[in-house]
Amino acid sequence: MTHINIAGLEVGQEIGSHSFHFTRDSLVRYAGASGDFNPIHYRDDFAKSVGLDGVLAHGMLTMGAAVQVAVNWVGDPGKVIDYGVRFTKPVFVDANTGADVLVIGKVGAIDLENNTVRIDLSASSAEVTVLGKAQAVIQL
Amino acid sequence: MVNPNVQGKKYPETAPYLVGREKVREFANAVFSTNPINHDLFAAQAAGYPDLVAPPTFAVLIQERSLPAVLSDPEADIDFSRVVHGDQRFIHKRPIVAGDELTSILEVASVKSLGAHSMITFNTEIFDRNKSLVCTAISTLVVRGE
Repeated sequence: MTHINIAGLEVGQEIGSHSFHFTRDSLVRYAGASGDFNPIHYRDDFAKSVGLDGVLAHGMLTMGAAVQVAVNWVGDPGKVIDYGVRFTKPVFVDANTGADVLVIGKVGAIDLENNTVRIDLSASSAEVTVLGKAQAVIQL
Repeated sequence: MVNPNVQGKKYPETAPYLVGREKVREFANAVFSTNPINHDLFAAQAAGYPDLVAPPTFAVLIQERSLPAVLSDPEADIDFSRVVHGDQRFIHKRPIVAGDELTSILEVASVKSLGAHSMITFNTEIFDRNKSLVCTAISTLVVRGE
């Protein structure tokens, strides 16, 4: 059980938002935690050598951070039963200034029969949408 | 181009991965989780879980362990230097918790061509030590054409 009453929800309602500040430290931390040591996520020279404008965040870091908006709303990470995203654009992380990723969560669909809510997450960095079809189904 | 004949091919079960409490905390910190159920044993137990709950995307660690078999499969013919992560999904039967010992089996769900590019989708089923399904991780990689 959660504190959220499904009957009180409306499609389109905003459930929360957060601006995540990614730095190079964040990328190294995620590399270590996930085991994804692709150098495009921490070496400018390597990123440029493969034709990128610079170091970019792991898509999985953006995905993992974005869902926290839904987790914070429901209060329990174990209630996220289905979560998917499309990686549409990279998040470039400047060595000095980092990058901000703004995530906004809204109620996308309500399933009274199964007591689930789909939260649609929008994620953007420098006004560019970086995740598409980011949807988390929450078991209430 | 990825060989379309590998559609439906299954790869051998991976070696068990033991989910550690500190790994859950480390991963939770890395994805900016501040939720106590990811960090604090008492909070997790108070919420009815046997141990710390892993963040919703933690299963990527298990998926990653299943990928090398297909990426190095000469039959599949995937040029990893041209791979971009297209999309990702995790469907949980139950959350992953610290103490779980997880194995996985990867199946190539589909291979599609889009102009010069190939799109290959993997379904990785993740099982606990009782062989019960915990999570299905679905990942699509885009292999850019020459």
